[in-house]
Amino acid sequence: MSKGIATREAYGNALAQIGEDPRIVVLDADLSKSTKTAVFKNKYPERFINMGIAESNMMAAAAGIASCGKVVFASTFAIFASGRAFEQVRNSICYSALNVKIGATHAGLTVGEDGASHQSIEDIALMRAVPNMTVICPADGVEAKLATIAASKIDGPVYLRFSRMAAPVLFDESTYKFEIGKGVTLSEGSDVTIIATGVMVSEAVAAAEQLKSDGISARVVNIHTIKPIDKDIIVKAAKETGAIVTCEEHNVIGGLGGAVSEVLVQNCPVPVKMVGVQDKFGKSGKAEEVMKLYGLTAENIVAKAKEAIEMKKA
Amino acid sequence: MNESQMKDLKKYSTILRKHIIEQVFSSQSGHPGGSLSCADIMTVLYFNEMRVDPKNPKWEDRDRFVLSKGHCSPALYAALAEKGFFPKEELVKFRSIDSFLEGHPSMRYVPGVDMSTGSLGQGISTAFGMAMAGKIDNKDYNVFAILGDGEIQEGQVWEALMASAHYKLDNLIAFLDHNRLQIDGNISDVMSPEPVDEKIKAFGWEVIVIDGHDYSQIIDAIDKAKKSTGKPTMIIAETIKGKGVSFMENEASWHGTAPNKEQRDIAMAELDAVLAGMEV
Repeated sequence: MSKGIATREAYGNALAQIGEDPRIVVLDADLSKSTKTAVFKNKYPERFINMGIAESNMMAAAAGIASCGKVVFASTFAIFASGRAFEQVRNSICYSALNVKIGATHAGLTVGEDGASHQSIEDIALMRAVPNMTVICPADGVEAKLATIAASKIDGPVYLRFSRMAAPVLFDESTYKFEIGKGVTLSEGSDVTIIATGVMVSEAVAAAEQLKSDGISARVVNIHTIKPIDKDIIVKAAKETGAIVTCEEHNVIGGLGGAVSEVLVQNCPVPVKMVGVQDKFGKSGKAEEVMKLYGLTAENIVAKAKEAIEMKKA
Repeated sequence: MNESQMKDLKKYSTILRKHIIEQVFSSQSGHPGGSLSCADIMTVLYFNEMRVDPKNPKWEDRDRFVLSKGHCSPALYAALAEKGFFPKEELVKFRSIDSFLEGHPSMRYVPGVDMSTGSLGQGISTAFGMAMAGKIDNKDYNVFAILGDGEIQEGQVWEALMASAHYKLDNLIAFLDHNRLQIDGNISDVMSPEPVDEKIKAFGWEVIVIDGHDYSQIIDAIDKAKKSTGKPTMIIAETIKGKGVSFMENEASWHGTAPNKEQRDIAMAELDAVLAGMEV
């Protein structure tokens, strides 16, 4: 896999690309250089609004602008978008199903050096619990771009979760068909299915390779849309492989692992192992170091996959 | 403004007050005190000022209204029903399971409601957003909002005030319903926001202080606000919580309490007497 661009960067580029639509208005809270909304700002300054360091006001303001027929993208770090402004997102945006897209960048542990205060590990749980909200977590730059474009085309609130760190390229833009709510099978397998989202998708792909050399056939499914989740692809994987491993750069409580388990327990209960943050705050360090410390690695996915397969026999 | 126009406003505000009492009595829940204190402002906005069309509630060029103090929904619903956005018969179903009249206003369900509110502090930010959208599109509509004086204890209000001045939103006209009472008592005892005029001025707004029950003062203040260039305007309306119902006036206990049958009858008799007095 070649090293690509960060999903946040793809987001900024996508905004600039779709910005010719005069309905698009972009808001940021003093982080436009980091969230990459500055790319849009430079092209369409008249439709870019810097809200200053005031995320609560920004989210409710986004609702007001959207109520006047605009497609609003509101950006800041995931920790503030989903945490500080949670209730504005809930009551002002989602309750009225207003057309606001939240471009939340610097999600998860790969924020790295900034440390625990800035590493959002709860945002998927928070955002997917709110009615009317769609939650998307792209795996690479190509998917991030297509997700941004797709989000702009549907009516209603969308939470887009982007990363700071460059992500390996997984998809070919000329052939990849991105559809909100539809999971993607990246490789077939029969012993276990690894279901991953965001930056963990490339780790899942690497894990499947390692498992193959151990004689284990692992299916890899990319769930970019955590809500509405693709029940069919999950149930099919459970029926055909009998064991699941979920992988996410998020707390194992309430995130992808939770969402997948909710589907499985109601439709096709099979053993599930979860790779994710084990209900702990993050810490400072280089992104790769932090990921390794918290077990968000291909190696750990391999170990969990073997455990899940063992559980099938029990 | 001539005498007959004045009389009309007096009549409408009294009818609105009757609707407020009836709604809160019917549901045996809701917020009469703050609804009554802003009833005269609401009357001027909907029956003298705002460019709205009950037959086309989502008209793009309409003036917008945000009830930032969303718990005073009975006042807004009364104005919307009386204006013809929905049948008046719906009002008695306020807050009931088979009604679209949610405890706090929802733009999804109620024709004429421009923004869902209820969580204090958020409405003024949404009004900022609407005013901003108007500027982006070069529209000539105005955005009106009513804030509670307890509500401004929410920090988000000050974020919105700062942003509105920063972006020179002279199409944003807000009222502060300064009735000086909140659920737990006098605002100055609970958490004083005073001096509100100086603080809001310091945030870059034009500030006009008026008697919030005097129609000509309300109208003049709006006219002045519309002439302001480069600045949003806050009209600080000195009001009486519970205004128009003798036993509710200046009593914090009527913030969120429904009248019983006897109290409802007394209130209605007082308001009917006002209407009857106008016939003479």
